[in-house]
Order: sequence, then C-alpha cells, then structure tokens
Amino acid sequence: MGSGSGISCPITLNSSLTKEQQALYQNPAVIQKILNECKTIAIVGLSTDRQKASFFVASYLRSAGYRIIPVNPKAAQILDEPCYPNLASIPEPVDLVDIFRPAYECLDIVQEAIACKVKAVWLQLKIVHEEAAELARKAGLLTVMDCCVKMEHGRYCGGLHEAGMNTEIISAKRNHRFI
Amino acid sequence: MEAERNFGFDTRMIHAGHIPDTQTGARAVPIYQTSSFVFYDADHAAELFDLKQYGHIYSRISNPTVAVFEERLAALEGATGAVAVSSGMAAQLAVFMTLLEPGDEVVSSAHLYGGTVTQLTHTLKKMGIAVSYVDPTDIGAWEAAITPRTKALYGELIGNPRGSILDLEKVSALAATHRIPLIIDNTMATPYLCRPMEFGATIVVYSATKFIGGHGNSLGGLVLDSGKFDYSRYPAIAEPSPKYHNLRFFDTFGHYGFLMKVRVETVRDTGCCLSPMNAFLLIQGVETLSLRMDRHVDNALQVAKFLEGHPQVAWVSYAGLPSHPQHALAQKYLPRGPGAVLSFGIKAKSGEDLRLTGKHFIENLKLFSHLANIGDVRSLVIHPASTTHQQLTDEELRECGVGPELIRLSIGIETVEDLLWDLDQAFHAL
Ligand SMILES: Cc1ncc(COP(=O)(O)O)c(C=O)c1O
Repeated sequence: MGSGSGISCPITLNSSLTKEQQALYQNPAVIQKILNECKTIAIVGLSTDRQKASFFVASYLRSAGYRIIPVNPKAAQILDEPCYPNLASIPEPVDLVDIFRPAYECLDIVQEAIACKVKAVWLQLKIVHEEAAELARKAGLLTVMDCCVKMEHGRYCGGLHEAGMNTEIISAKRNHRFI
Repeated sequence: MEAERNFGFDTRMIHAGHIPDTQTGARAVPIYQTSSFVFYDADHAAELFDLKQYGHIYSRISNPTVAVFEERLAALEGATGAVAVSSGMAAQLAVFMTLLEPGDEVVSSAHLYGGTVTQLTHTLKKMGIAVSYVDPTDIGAWEAAITPRTKALYGELIGNPRGSILDLEKVSALAATHRIPLIIDNTMATPYLCRPMEFGATIVVYSATKFIGGHGNSLGGLVLDSGKFDYSRYPAIAEPSPKYHNLRFFDTFGHYGFLMKVRVETVRDTGCCLSPMNAFLLIQGVETLSLRMDRHVDNALQVAKFLEGHPQVAWVSYAGLPSHPQHALAQKYLPRGPGAVLSFGIKAKSGEDLRLTGKHFIENLKLFSHLANIGDVRSLVIHPASTTHQQLTDEELRECGVGPELIRLSIGIETVEDLLWDLDQAFHAL
C-alpha cells in the first residue's frame, strides 16, 4: 500500500512560505532529486538529546540507508559517528547539508556549504532565511527551505501515509517489483 | 503540460491514500485483517517503538487498511492528517483527552447530538474538565463564556435538533484571538458539503458511521487536524511526555504533533481503534460520497418543502428553507445544501396527546425505517418524545429543544416521490 513515487499534487500544506517561495524552495522535483541522489548527509546542529527533532531525523535517515555526518562543536560522537565542529573540517565529500540551526546562522552555514562544493542544502521545517536559500540556489545547489527531510522522505516512501498523514500523492500506477 | 496536478474532490474520494502495492498490485483496498506486523530485526522494533521510524506495529495503533481511510479523509478535508477511531464518540473523546488537562474548561454550542452532551457534561467532568454551553448563534454568548481556563471551543456546524448553523468564521476568529482551537463536529455535512478548516477550524471530528460510510453498516470516527495551530501553550502536546522518554510532541513532530499524540498515546492507551474490516466498508462509502450527498440534499429539500406546505405540520426546521433563521449562513457555508437531516413539528389530532399523535405517525410510515441513526442511504425517522427522550416531561423536553411534537427525519437516496407518498399516507392514516 503506501505511496510510491506517483504523480504528486503540489505540496502546499503547513508552510509559512508564499506560493512563489514554495515554487522555488519546496519544489517536489528538487526534493525527490535530493532524496534519490544524495547519499551522504551532514546534519548541522544535530543534538545529542535523543528526543530532539534533529536526532529523530538523523536516526531515521540512517535507517533509510543514508550516511550521516554529525556537525556539532559541542559533541565528539553522535549516533556512533564522529562529530565535526563545522562543515570545513569534514574529511570526505558531502552531498547534502541539512540545517537545524536558527535562521540567523543559516547565511554563514550556506557560505561554508558552497565552499565545500556540496550538491544540496536543506533548511529544516520552520527555519526560514530567504537570503541564505537564494544564495545557495544561485550558486547552483539544490535548495529546500521550511521542510523536514524525514517527512519528505516519508511522503515518497510510504511512511508518512502509514502514520495517517496527508501525503498529497495520488497515483494509479503500480511500482515495479523487479522480480 | 504541468507535471503536477491539484486533483479534484471526486478523484480524491476514489484514489487518495491508496496506490496499488508493489507486491500484489491489488486494485481494491486490501483488508489487512491482522493484529500485528513483523519487525525486520530488534533494531527496527526498537526504532518503531521509539517513534524514530514510521511503520505498523500493532493494529490498535495503526493498520494499513485503516491508514487508507485516514489519508483519504485527510485529503478530502485538506487536513494535515487523520486518526481513525472506533466511533464518532471515540473521536471526540480522543480529542479532549489529548488536548486537555484537569481544571481546563471547554465552551460548547448547546445545539449538539444528545450523546455528545452526555459525554461533555458527565464523562469530561470525571476528567476534571468543565463545559459551559452557549447558544451557538449568539457570538456575544461565546465571547462571554470564555475564561482564562477555556482551552477549546466546540460545536456542530449543523446543530441538533433544529439544524442551526454555526457562524464558522466568527467563532474561529474568536478562538484565534484567544489562541485556542475551534473543534467542529462536521458529521452532518461531510467534507463534500463543507470543509470547516477553510473557515478557520483547527480540529474536525466525524462520526463516519453516518454519511461518510453512508450505508448504515459500520461504526467509525475520525479526528483531523489542520496542522496550522500553535500548540506550544498546550502542556499535553508541548511538554515532555513521560510515556515516551520525555518526548515533546509539538517540538519534534511540528504540525503532526497533535495527531501523533492522539494516535500513539490516547488511542493506544484507550484502545478505541477502528477495525480494518470497518475501515474497508467505510472506504466503500467514501468512494461515492459526492454522488450520495447530492442526492441526499436534493431529496431533503423536496421533503422539507412538502412538509412546509402540509396542513398537519406545525413547523419545519431545515436550513435549506428560506424560513430557517440561519438560511443565509447555510448558503454561505453549505452552498450545495445543509445536509439531509431535518425535523418538523406534527400537529396534534384534536383531543389527542401530541406524543401519541407522533407515535402513531411513525407507526404509519412504511418506507422510513424507525431507528436511532442518521446518514444512511435509507430514509430514517425517530420521534424523540416517545423513544430516546421518553422519560422526560413535556417541559423538560422543550428545555432540550426537542418538544413532544418534534419528529426527526434523515432523508435517504430513494425515489423522492416515494418518500413524499409515504409521509402523505402516514398523515392521512392518523
Ligand atoms: C452529530 C453527531 N456526532 C457524533 C455522533 C456519535 O457518533 P457514533 O455513533 O459514531 O459514536 C453522532 C451520532 O450518533 C452524531 O449524530
């Protein structure tokens, strides 16, 4: 059952962004491209508190098969992974930078992300900084703002549906099982 | 061509929440008649119990067939999500239990289904929650009843028993000023006739037993949340939960926080889950919702007009008639028609007690089913004074707004001329 990668309705629920901003920073095609193509995700502001939203998102993404790199200057290790104080000190290529920091820090983080040549940046739900998002987008990065990576992954992979949520995905297509 | 499309209401009725599964390709929604679901491994189990992953554990919490029903209704309502439960009463109680703390107060419309009044007055009292009732058509009364302890406003869009219409925009604006949610029971209208969230309601509850299922075969209920309300002042949603290692639901799940709490705490702990079989039957109803509702309201209006012109009828209460005090509000919020439940007052036969005339009228009907329900494809009738309310004196009856002359009809989708014939012959035989 659940939602495969069917035709999607425009996702307009629960965002403080304007329609124009949503078209730029919550584009379903961009979101799906990030989820499909990014394998290594640096989570900036990942908490050591296992009941914080960032910890939920990180452990979910790890279970979903992504490689997680915690970024938090106050911790040495989170989720059994070494933790880095900033993006520049990560010794391997990063695909996606997922940001759990207050909006006013986002511009600096995005600048750092561009310098590290990452593919995509993602400002989490309720984190809105238009200048930071626009900087990333203009630099050619896949950019998402005011969304949650876990919710979006759940939207396209069926989990959100299982929780009774409105995925806004409608399709009569059967996904191929590839025997 | 656009790659994305905002699908229409009828398409959602048929498709939302169900994509053919990879494994079997089954086109109809499969009935997952299972109590429990196998974990991949111990880590998977631990993460599911910790809410770190989505997935089914046990059908008291969630089930794949029930999930289709939930997402379908959320898609029809434009809600952020839904939790389906065992009945409409369970839906209301789940909302109150999730949202409120002992000492909190609710201001409610007085024009409610009788069972809801009992739940609010007596069952909520046991939980330390006090309810004050107001005339729903008097916005000043709502405002005056709100105290610093008021944590929610409650009402039925189409109220019982006289079909009064709640002024959604005014009452939701009042709720917003006080930063409290407006909870609407939209059972009578269904999301086809009105979607209260479009007019500012935060939470909508349904008895799916009625028009949503529509065939009088299954009990069920729903809780839906707009996802737009800031629950940070609601300790039950925002504060650390001792049941989940001090998880803060609103903080962690954001706009899903309230519904997650309803599901993984209230429904899990009270066990008021919907069975997969009932979910399947209710889904069958949803797939024809708009077609049935159009016929229901067409028939209801014709019956109301017929009754209004009948010499043995004292009055008719149906907001689709220009004579109804909230006819204008009905046209605003329910342009396709204000549901299919109406009541009328029968005139006493000379020298006969009104209750007896009502009783005889019901006994004379041949096509209307005499029972205690609404929202069936079949037409239904009840005379409260000789059944549900028979213990009350005439005076007590009038206080509840259900005088001894009141007969309630729920109009079905039969050939309307047959319904008019049945009513007419029942009057004649008095
Ligand atoms: C308006 C309304 N709300 C709630 C309920 C309760 O629903 P249920 O019987 O499914 O518990 C009913 C009917 O019984 C109703 O008519």
